[in-house]
Amino acid sequence: MVFKKKDLLSIKDLSKEEIQHVLELGDSFKEILTRDIKKVPTLRGKTVVNFFAEPSTRTRTSFELAAKRLSADVVNISAKSSSLVKGESLKDTAKTIEALGADAVIVRHLSAGAPKFFAENAKCSVINGGDGAHEHPTQALLDLFTMRQKFGRIEGLHVGIVGDIAHSRVARSNLLALNKMGARVTLIAPPTLIPAGIESLTAVKHGMGAEIKYDFDSVIEKLDVIYMLRIQLERQTESLFPSVREYAKLFGLNLERLKRVKKDILVMHPGPMNRGIEISYEVADIPQTAVTKQVANGVAIRMSVLYLLLGGVEIEKVAN
Amino acid sequence: MRRLLIRGGRVIDPANKIDGVLDILVEGEKIAAVGENLEVSDCEIVDAKNKIVTPGLIDMHVHLREPGREDEETIKSGSRAAAAGGFTSVACMPNTYPVNDNSAITEMIIEKANEADLINVYPIAAITKGLTGKELTEMSELVDSGAVAFSDDGEYVKNDEVMRRALEYSKMFDVSLISHAESKKLSAGGQINEGYYSTALGLRGIPSAAEEIAIARDIILSELVDARIHFTHISTKGSLRLVKEAKERGLKVTCDVTPHHLVLTEEALANYDTNCKVNPPLRTKNDVDALSKALSEGVIDAIASDHAPHAIHEKEVEFSAAAFGMIGLETTLPLMITKIVNAGILSLPKMIEKFTISPARILKINKGTLSVGADADISIIDNMAKVKIESNKFKSRSKNSPFIGWEFNGKVHHLIVRGKTLVDSSKLIK
Repeated sequence: MVFKKKDLLSIKDLSKEEIQHVLELGDSFKEILTRDIKKVPTLRGKTVVNFFAEPSTRTRTSFELAAKRLSADVVNISAKSSSLVKGESLKDTAKTIEALGADAVIVRHLSAGAPKFFAENAKCSVINGGDGAHEHPTQALLDLFTMRQKFGRIEGLHVGIVGDIAHSRVARSNLLALNKMGARVTLIAPPTLIPAGIESLTAVKHGMGAEIKYDFDSVIEKLDVIYMLRIQLERQTESLFPSVREYAKLFGLNLERLKRVKKDILVMHPGPMNRGIEISYEVADIPQTAVTKQVANGVAIRMSVLYLLLGGVEIEKVAN
Repeated sequence: MRRLLIRGGRVIDPANKIDGVLDILVEGEKIAAVGENLEVSDCEIVDAKNKIVTPGLIDMHVHLREPGREDEETIKSGSRAAAAGGFTSVACMPNTYPVNDNSAITEMIIEKANEADLINVYPIAAITKGLTGKELTEMSELVDSGAVAFSDDGEYVKNDEVMRRALEYSKMFDVSLISHAESKKLSAGGQINEGYYSTALGLRGIPSAAEEIAIARDIILSELVDARIHFTHISTKGSLRLVKEAKERGLKVTCDVTPHHLVLTEEALANYDTNCKVNPPLRTKNDVDALSKALSEGVIDAIASDHAPHAIHEKEVEFSAAAFGMIGLETTLPLMITKIVNAGILSLPKMIEKFTISPARILKINKGTLSVGADADISIIDNMAKVKIESNKFKSRSKNSPFIGWEFNGKVHHLIVRGKTLVDSSKLIK
């Protein structure tokens, strides 16, 4: 199977079968990454542009490595180095990057919907590398890959996503992807960090959605996966919770809480972690915590996505 | 003196409770006679058979952008857009550059409108200097210069005391303060209605409460000082509940609604269409249904477009960077006829009332009737004609409308302003 779509902007763009395919392809690329020479010629001659209008090290590096492992040429454009600071519009930036001959552009932007806008203004493939509080589809795919790696399945897993759901694109993409693959999702946060209507985010089409809990301890024993979100310290000044201390007490994952979880628990975090706040110093380093696995898997999954969007077209042409 | 006979149309003049097939005789700038089969010789004839003849329509909330943003609209281009949309009068908001907070700007607007010699343009002056919510404008001088109402539109007078005094002071002139009701703390950073769509799209939401809290305060203050308050572009079910209750208690409260809040829900934003980014935001189906109901029950007094022209480069950007607002002068009438009147929500005479005598009373302008002796401002509407909204046909300088490509029934057939013909056989002739 190959992708006929031009872009990957949202998990909504993908069918269950397509997600399955990304994950399976991820296995093959994962194998390649364990070789001595971690490089295949699949995308030789293709150009991948990392357009990051919002600071990011992890995602940008992951995409850069993924593209390089596939032998594509990679260019990085950050907010500081781009014409954005000179007041160039996103439309003109899209046109310029297209004219430079990019085959795929990874767009990271503060404004929700910006990758979609970019995609409408450029013929090249666009991958959403995280847009505002909207979505971060490749993060969700690598997270699913990590869960599948441990449990051998996604269907039937009970995943608790804990923390700042309101401002999290990771939570949204994971909720959509997990629901699509048949996992059960519980969102755990204070009411101030639960955005309106999130429980029906996927319910409209799939009859599922998420349940919401304000009390972490009431559900912690039932979870197969605990997915901790990064809490931004500014939220305290926005009256979203009274103090980091109280937040950590109610929603932090610490050794005390860990005593009550299932034996084969998987602890995840999209990074960067705030040790001592949403995740205690010790819990961050236990073997059940998959943060570094997530990072490693990210490269393989992004290779899958790049391959399916760029290589897929080529394969089709040959077949015709 | 020009004599013009408008023959055989269905004349609807809500102010005089007229609805029947009648002739209207215009002499010079005034209406000379209204009656059945008027026998007049030596005059031009406008055949209005199968058409609706109404007092010239009034849009009480538009942005003409002059002075300051003439690239988006001018008093002349906005007047042409109004005429093409069937309007003979508009009231323009003060958020220009510089702000219309002094008589020099008010006079300039009126002078420019006179120069354009198209429709009637009524300036609305700012409540506070520079729309900053701090010091009152010189209301007396502004009224003398031609301001018909006061508003800090786009801004909400945050300071309770300043708003109280503004309402109190305005009583000397018996003018309405027009409230853009929005608690700015609750709406801060907001892009669209708070709810399922703001969450699904990852955009900061604007809760209904931001509007409702603001409306509640202004009702309470207007009651305290017994002054007139008008709420523009009301958008939520809760707001309507507050206004209805205030009206039932006999307070001096009026309100208007825009066609887009009556017709579109927040679902229109599912693809980040910046032309649907408006303030107040498009709301839920529940709110839209409540607006329709309130309109038919008479809780809503007027319909106003909130015509908000924006340059392409202010809309063709990522969503959070896009300006709020859509143009409306040239889509309001067909939208209202098709989606409200033809849908059975409001009768044609009731709709016309909300475009004529009702806004005229709120603004205290001597318009909105076909009484003998009144200014000959007349809209003749072909409510059956099919229209397709096309971007290149807009007379407005801006094209920011989500209705481009939509098909409607109803358009202006003939338009007369103070006895002069501006639209003839649906063609703008000036």
